[in-house]
Amino acid sequence: MTAPPIVLTRRRPLSERIIESALFLSAVLGVLTTAGIILVLAAQTFEFFFEVSPIEFLTGTKWSAAIRPYAFGILPLVSGTLLVAGIAMIVAVPLGLLSAILLADYASPRVRTIVKPMLETIAGIPTIVFGFFAINFLAPQILQPLLGKSNIGTFSALSGGIVVGLLVTPLIASISEDAMRAVPRGMREGAYAMGATKFEVVRKVVLPAAVSGIMASIILAMSRAIGETMAVSLAVGDKPQLTFDPTESVQTMTSFIAQIAIGETAQGSIQFKSLFAVGAALFVITLVLNLISGWVVRRFRTVY
Amino acid sequence: MTAAAPTATPPLSPIATPFEPALARRKLTGTLFYGACLAAIGILLLALAILLFDVLSRGLPWLDLQFLTGVPSRRPAQAGVLPALVGSLEIGLIVGLITFPIGVAAAIYFTEYARDTRLNRLLQTNISNLAGVPSIIYGILGLAVFVRLLQLGPTVMAASLTLTLLILPIVIIASIEAIRAVPSAQREGAYALGATRWQMVRRSVFPAAAPGIMTGIILAMARAIGEAAPLILIGGLGFVTFLPSPFSAGYTVLPLQIFDWAKRPQDDFASISSAAIIVILVLMLLLNGLALVVRARLSRHIQW
Repeated sequence: MTAPPIVLTRRRPLSERIIESALFLSAVLGVLTTAGIILVLAAQTFEFFFEVSPIEFLTGTKWSAAIRPYAFGILPLVSGTLLVAGIAMIVAVPLGLLSAILLADYASPRVRTIVKPMLETIAGIPTIVFGFFAINFLAPQILQPLLGKSNIGTFSALSGGIVVGLLVTPLIASISEDAMRAVPRGMREGAYAMGATKFEVVRKVVLPAAVSGIMASIILAMSRAIGETMAVSLAVGDKPQLTFDPTESVQTMTSFIAQIAIGETAQGSIQFKSLFAVGAALFVITLVLNLISGWVVRRFRTVY
Repeated sequence: MTAAAPTATPPLSPIATPFEPALARRKLTGTLFYGACLAAIGILLLALAILLFDVLSRGLPWLDLQFLTGVPSRRPAQAGVLPALVGSLEIGLIVGLITFPIGVAAAIYFTEYARDTRLNRLLQTNISNLAGVPSIIYGILGLAVFVRLLQLGPTVMAASLTLTLLILPIVIIASIEAIRAVPSAQREGAYALGATRWQMVRRSVFPAAAPGIMTGIILAMARAIGEAAPLILIGGLGFVTFLPSPFSAGYTVLPLQIFDWAKRPQDDFASISSAAIIVILVLMLLLNGLALVVRARLSRHIQW
C-alpha cells in the first residue's frame, strides 16, 4: 500500500551536465570569432608595419597601392569613407527620424500598415542593388543632368553617399521608433493637458525622452555606412584621393579591400598585407562607434 | 505666480498675453512639421518605387527560361544565372543548417542557464558587438581561417562557414528575444511536474519560442544570401560556368554575379544585371513569405 519512496539526488544527472557544457560551447563561439578577427588582423598588420612605418600609414596623405611609386598613407581612404558616410547621414538622419516620428506619433493604423513594410522592404534589399541603382540610374539620370556632365561622373562620393543613406534609413527609423514608442503615454497626455500641440509634444516631450535611443540609432547607422562595401564599391569608383568634394570619385576603406581582393594580388605582397592593415583600421573605427553607441544608451537612458 | 509682488499687481497675468495669439502660428508649425514627415516618407516611397521600376523595366525583357537555366557567357544574350543561383541556394541552406543548432544552443544558454556572472555578461556584450562588425571583416577572417588554415580553398563550404559566423550574432540575439518572450509560468509548470532543466527547455520553452526562432533563422538565411562582401575575399567572384559543389573550388553567388555584370560598361550587361537582381529579389520575397508561413504554422498551438 505504501507508495514507492522518491529518491532525491543532489547531483544533477550526467546528461544534464553534458547538455549544459554543449550549450556553453556554442555561446563561447562568439568570443572565438572576436579573438580570431583580432589575431588575424593584428598579425598581418604587424607584418605590414615592417615595410611601412605606422606613422607613415596613419598620417600619410597619399595612397597608391596599384601604381608605382607605392604610397600607403591611409588618410585618403579615411577621408573617402567619411565623405561617403557623412553624405549618407545627411540623407538618412532627417528621412529616418521624420519617418520614425510619423510612425510613433502621427500615423493612423492604416498609414502604419503601408509605411512599416515599406521600410522593411528597403532594409531587406541586398546592398549590391543600391550600388547598381547608383551607377545606372542616380548618377546618369538624376545627378548628371542636374549638376552637368562635366561636373560629376558616373562614379562619385555623392551618388554613393545618397544610396548608402537610403539603405541605412530603415535602421535609424526602426530603432528611433522603438525608443519613441517606449516613452510612456502619460507623459504625452500630461503635455496635451497643458495645452501643447502635437508638434510641441513631439519636440519637447517625446524627442528629449527618447534621445538615447535616437543617438544610438544614428551612431549605429554611421557605423553601418562606414562598413558598407558592395554598394560603395560600385558607386564611388576607385580613386583614392584626399578630398571633401562630393562630386569627385573616391575610394573608401571597404572598396579598397574589395578591389585588392578582386584583383590578382599575390599573397604576401605589400598590397595584400595592406588589405589587412586597412581592415584593422576599419575594425577599430567601427568598434569604437559601436562602443560609443552602447555607452550612449546606458548613459542617457531614462527609465520610467 | 510667486513673482507677483504683494503691492502693485499687474492687471493681467504675464503669461496670458503670449499664449493666446500664438495658437494659429503654433498650429501652422505643427502642420508644416507633419507635412515634412509625410514628405520624408514620400521621398523614401518614391526612391523605392523608382528603384524597382528601373530594375524591372530593364531586366524583365531579359528574364526568360534560357536566362534562368543558362551559364555566364561573354555574350549577354546567351548569359545565364544558374550557377550563381545554385551557389546562393547551397550557401543559404548550409548556413541555415549550421546556424540553427549553434544559434539556438547559445541563446538557450544565455536565457536559461547562464547565471549573472562577469564571464556571461562579457560573452553577451561580445555577441552584440560582433553584430556591428562590418561584413567585409568577416571575409578577412574567413580567408585566413577557412580558406588558408583549414585548407578549404575558395569553396562553397568556406563561404558558408564565413557567412555563418557573420549571421550567428543576429540569430542569437533574435532567438534570445523569442525565448525571453515565453512567460515564466511555462517554465514553472514544467518544473512543477518534475522536469529537469533540459526537459523543461526542450518540451516547454523551445516549442513556445519556436515561431520566433524559426523566423529569425529564415530571415538570417535571406541576409546571408544577399550579403556578398565577405565572399569577395573567399574567391566568390569567378567566371563560373558549372554548378558548384560544396567542397570543390570555384563558385559564385547572385550578388557577386550582379556585381560582375554591373561593372561592365556595355548596356546589355546592365540589363542582365537587372534580370539577376529580379531573381534575387524574388528569392528574398519567397524567403520572407516562408518566414510568415512557418511562423503561422508553428504558433497555431500556442495560447497564452
